[in-house]
Amino acid sequence: MSSIVVRVKQKQIARLIAKGKRLDGRGLTDYREINVEQGVVERAEGSARVLLGKTEVMAGVKIEVGQPFSDTPNEGVLTVNAELVPLASPTFEPGPPDENSIELARVVDRGIRESKAIDLEKLCIEPGKKVFVVFVDVYVLNHDGNLIDASAMAALGALLNTKVFNYEYKDGEVKIKPGFTPLPLRKHPIAVTFAKINDTLVVDPWLEEERVMDARITLTIDDDGDICAIQKGGSGYFSQKQVLEAAKIAKEKAEEIRKKLKW
Amino acid sequence: MTPGDLLAEGDYIAGENTYKENDKVYASRIGLVDYEDRKVNVVALRAFYIPRVGDTVIGTVVEVGFNGWTVDINSPYLALLRASDVLGRPFRPQKNDLSKVLDVGDLVIAKIIAYDRAHNPQLTVGEPGLGKITRGQVVKITPTKIPRVIGRKGSMISMIKQETGCHIILGHNGVILITGKRLEDEQLAMMAIHKIDEESHTSGLTDRVTQMIKNEKAKRKGGS
Amino acid sequence: MSQKVEKLIDKKGLRLDGRKPDELRPIKIEVGVLANADGSAYIQQGKNKILAAVYGPRELHPKHLALPDRTVLRCRYHMAPFSVQERKSPAPSRREIELSKVIREALEPSLFLEYYPRTAIDVFIEVLQADGGTRCASITAASLALADAGIPMRDLVVACAAGKVDHTIVLDLMDAEDKKGNADVPVALMPNLNAITLLQMDGNLSLEEFEKAVNLAIEGCKKIYAMQKEALRAKYVSIKEVEE
Repeated sequence: MSSIVVRVKQKQIARLIAKGKRLDGRGLTDYREINVEQGVVERAEGSARVLLGKTEVMAGVKIEVGQPFSDTPNEGVLTVNAELVPLASPTFEPGPPDENSIELARVVDRGIRESKAIDLEKLCIEPGKKVFVVFVDVYVLNHDGNLIDASAMAALGALLNTKVFNYEYKDGEVKIKPGFTPLPLRKHPIAVTFAKINDTLVVDPWLEEERVMDARITLTIDDDGDICAIQKGGSGYFSQKQVLEAAKIAKEKAEEIRKKLKW
Repeated sequence: MTPGDLLAEGDYIAGENTYKENDKVYASRIGLVDYEDRKVNVVALRAFYIPRVGDTVIGTVVEVGFNGWTVDINSPYLALLRASDVLGRPFRPQKNDLSKVLDVGDLVIAKIIAYDRAHNPQLTVGEPGLGKITRGQVVKITPTKIPRVIGRKGSMISMIKQETGCHIILGHNGVILITGKRLEDEQLAMMAIHKIDEESHTSGLTDRVTQMIKNEKAKRKGGS
Repeated sequence: MSQKVEKLIDKKGLRLDGRKPDELRPIKIEVGVLANADGSAYIQQGKNKILAAVYGPRELHPKHLALPDRTVLRCRYHMAPFSVQERKSPAPSRREIELSKVIREALEPSLFLEYYPRTAIDVFIEVLQADGGTRCASITAASLALADAGIPMRDLVVACAAGKVDHTIVLDLMDAEDKKGNADVPVALMPNLNAITLLQMDGNLSLEEFEKAVNLAIEGCKKIYAMQKEALRAKYVSIKEVEE
């Protein structure tokens, strides 16, 4: 992306940010407009669609019965996958997941897993033999910046919307009974991503800002204000002071978003 | 000095293998720092060759193309030698089989006539002393150590030539060609050059290398 | 709790391997260990055994992957099948792909990418034996390999992790502590520029605990940086004789 028009815009963005303003009129720590719709895919056990500005991400949850991992025989299994589908951006190509979609999935996974949002022990059917496996699939539909925060919100929204089918376990067989139970969720981790542009931190970077940034950092905060995941990305660096500053701001923003979404 | 070491602060110029940021000069390569007035240089102990127009280089042909050869000159960039340069006249691809003139694996001494950020270096062999190498041994050392092989006022290189009776050509790209009457003479010169490569940052080297060569020659006479 | 909780820090305040909370594992570093690579380094940190090699800058083929105005840095973090308790498949796992990315992003800020257009610098990391903190040890070795290859750098990059184990902030977690502990914070640093080039975290930390962990990790980084410099000196500068 090296056309002259793009370069001019980049300089404009950098200059404005140095003055504390952003091209779309936001303050340095303002999020774009957030819209969350749940239950958009009826065939999935849970689903949600998030619009963060123009970034659009959909997440679907499917539940299956499977085997637990050998080192956690009493726990259900959580697995998160992300797809940067080609229709979402001219820069996404069809093919197996690349390092960006793998990183995205793993960061979203970390937030949910490390905050212990899902009580995995409640998903155990028979220890060591049968557990529920929760598949969270994140589908990026339009890339206009900050896929991490939007994907984390979509994943959480889908999980909050998820209903596990009732069952009867007899003679080593899982028999589905009528009715559903909501997935046991005890925390609501929120990911907050910053971009560093010319030594200034901005929250929720949109696509044009991502193109100009030196580096980004994401902090995932749980309901108690504790940090459960951090990921620095991009080929730049942060100072120790900037990292701690980001942590403070992330804590506030996460609380704001939880209140706004009533999570 | 290692990369990132602070060398100077204030009104200094960043010289070889250094860089300046916010009024401070830092080292960018492993090496020995050298202060030249207000200019700070680092003599790198480890570096690779970046082509410079006018340099004499020794390279190996790695590919025969339609209108020239690709030559490995011990640099991140491969160099090009045009057929028209070697044959001294325009040529016809069907009539002249270029691999008969220079084939893959052949060694050449050439001069760099063009190089910039957007293009690979171009070579010429159209000057006396340049062209295909038919005999001798080739040694590779870190290019920044070539001046040490030359020595003060050529003292080191003349001594080696004298003691071993070999003809030695030093490529700016760190590749050295040694041609002697016997293989043993060539090997003796190679030993001397390896010693210089390993101990280039110490002093009294010329004497030690001379001593080493003399000891080696005595050993060979004594043995049989 | 259905399982017995194993104590990771005993009554004397010592960890499973006898270390104090702010103590590093024994570290051994050697530079220039591979003959074919342009630059290389080997690190042993506790039971970790990691080899890093650098090839380049060299022309990039296929040409359409090359950038006209700068070098492309490529990094491959890979674990040998015999490096862990349960044999690991040689195929790159999602974890290895993510680590390859974050390690590359940790090393990139130290390089002058604009110096060598249309080339690639390849960094290969092979974990021969793993015991926690491999990404940090890998970065420490890879940065030395880059310097050994004679590639100009702004600074060396050094990395170290800190974390929380049994309510105590500790330095340089080994695998058992990482798996059973409360948090792991790997940090990579360009020490002379005080620039953090890698920062990740998984677990649970309050803001105060996080600040303590980052500070401790950076202290650890500075100690390992001294060892990096020593390893370079050992390879490149023998005892200097008196100038005549």
